[in-house]
Amino acid sequence: MQLPRFHRLRSAYYHLEGQACSACGAVQFPARRSCLACRSEELERRPLSGRGTVFSYSEAVAGFEGFAPPHLMALIELEEGPMVAAQLSDVEPEEIEIGMEVEMVTRRIRELAPQGYIVYGYRFRPRLEVEAGR
Amino acid sequence: MKAAREVGIAGYGAYVPRYRVLTETISSTWRPRGAAAAAVAEKSVPGPDEDVVTMAIEAARVAVGRAGFDPGAIGAVWVGSESKPYAVKPSATIVAEAVGIAPAVVAADMEFACKAGSEAMQAAVAFVGAGMVDGALAIGMDTAQSKPGDALEYTAGCGGAAFLFAASDESLATVEASVSHVTDTPDFFRREGAAYPEHGGRFTGEPSYFRHSLAASRRLLAEVGAEPGDFAHAVFHQPVPKFVTRIAAELGFDAQQIEAGLLAPRMGNAYAGSSLLGLAAILDIARPGERVFFCSYGSGAGSDAFAFRVTERIRARREGPGVVDYLARRREIDDYGHYLRLQRKIRRS
Repeated sequence: MQLPRFHRLRSAYYHLEGQACSACGAVQFPARRSCLACRSEELERRPLSGRGTVFSYSEAVAGFEGFAPPHLMALIELEEGPMVAAQLSDVEPEEIEIGMEVEMVTRRIRELAPQGYIVYGYRFRPRLEVEAGR
Repeated sequence: MKAAREVGIAGYGAYVPRYRVLTETISSTWRPRGAAAAAVAEKSVPGPDEDVVTMAIEAARVAVGRAGFDPGAIGAVWVGSESKPYAVKPSATIVAEAVGIAPAVVAADMEFACKAGSEAMQAAVAFVGAGMVDGALAIGMDTAQSKPGDALEYTAGCGGAAFLFAASDESLATVEASVSHVTDTPDFFRREGAAYPEHGGRFTGEPSYFRHSLAASRRLLAEVGAEPGDFAHAVFHQPVPKFVTRIAAELGFDAQQIEAGLLAPRMGNAYAGSSLLGLAAILDIARPGERVFFCSYGSGAGSDAFAFRVTERIRARREGPGVVDYLARRREIDDYGHYLRLQRKIRRS
């Protein structure tokens, strides 16, 4: 039964909620007991902006159970500093570039069974282009 | 109907997925005999990780962000849809949680075929108008369902919009009045557990769409004491473009008035999202002082009609993606098998 686990993770999954260290100011994701930079345990919750750039990526050709292909896995360097591993959405493999600007979207990331619980969480897509001057 | 205190739209957001399928790709598989020319050239299709919940979350985030509203101050969230990911488990609670609105909030899913989204709008106006909540979020969103090979498959699209209602002194458009018109009409339905809806063919036109849309529209015009010519823009439910041009003509609206809100030719019929998305497209271009006429239609059957007046706040509330931006990021799905997979029409168990 994984339901309690996904329920506990929803702040991270839905809001990309990380932590800011009260001692040294470092921002980290996901939440941990202590600061990765200074080991302080004085951490406060910090929802991240969801904006970042592609640090690296790979296309996984073998499927994982509960995840719908294509699997475009990427390391995203967030604006606030932390690196997060996530799948890319709304993009074809040939369109991805290192350094590409991306933004967080909440999508279906997993189904626990064909008629089972749907896990929603963060993915990243190329930053939406907005027509200027409207 | 008018609320006890004046209510308006404080923020709005739209969503249309990136993928499109040409109706030609569908007809090349089914080869319908003697069929008339396709009603639309292409329609929107959800991505493999999208559904009504994910689409509603994006539209809601944009709506709340544009309003500059503290999500925690929103007191109601309703999601109107006929393609909810769960038969039992509300979409609205997932949206409320993801947008930061939960837990002190009234939340539920609305069901009234293609009018479920405007039903949510009526409820939002009432809750805010009664002074029960400061903000109420009404969403209409669908990944429209249709039987493979059926006439509906050529138009059933995907998308919708979210509207945050609040007191009129914070709004980008005030609600002048709204009306509703419903009867028991068997034009379209889906039984519990059935994968695809059934519909009454030609019965969907005259006694259903036209009868209810005309009645609600005429009642609204009488209630606000206006003529069609008093409105800068008008939007109707959009099963196919010719239904919209015909009802507009019957009521006395001209082609220019319906132009901005008529999206079906580019993305098909987004069911509960259809008329709301058209309203969002109008707000994307509307000028302060203009009046906007809105009329939805949902099978079963009924129409909700609203009259809005755009305020000067509109100019500062269009930050971020507009309907045209979503329509512009188009990626074509060129084979029917891939389309079926994205629509989750292929059952593997």
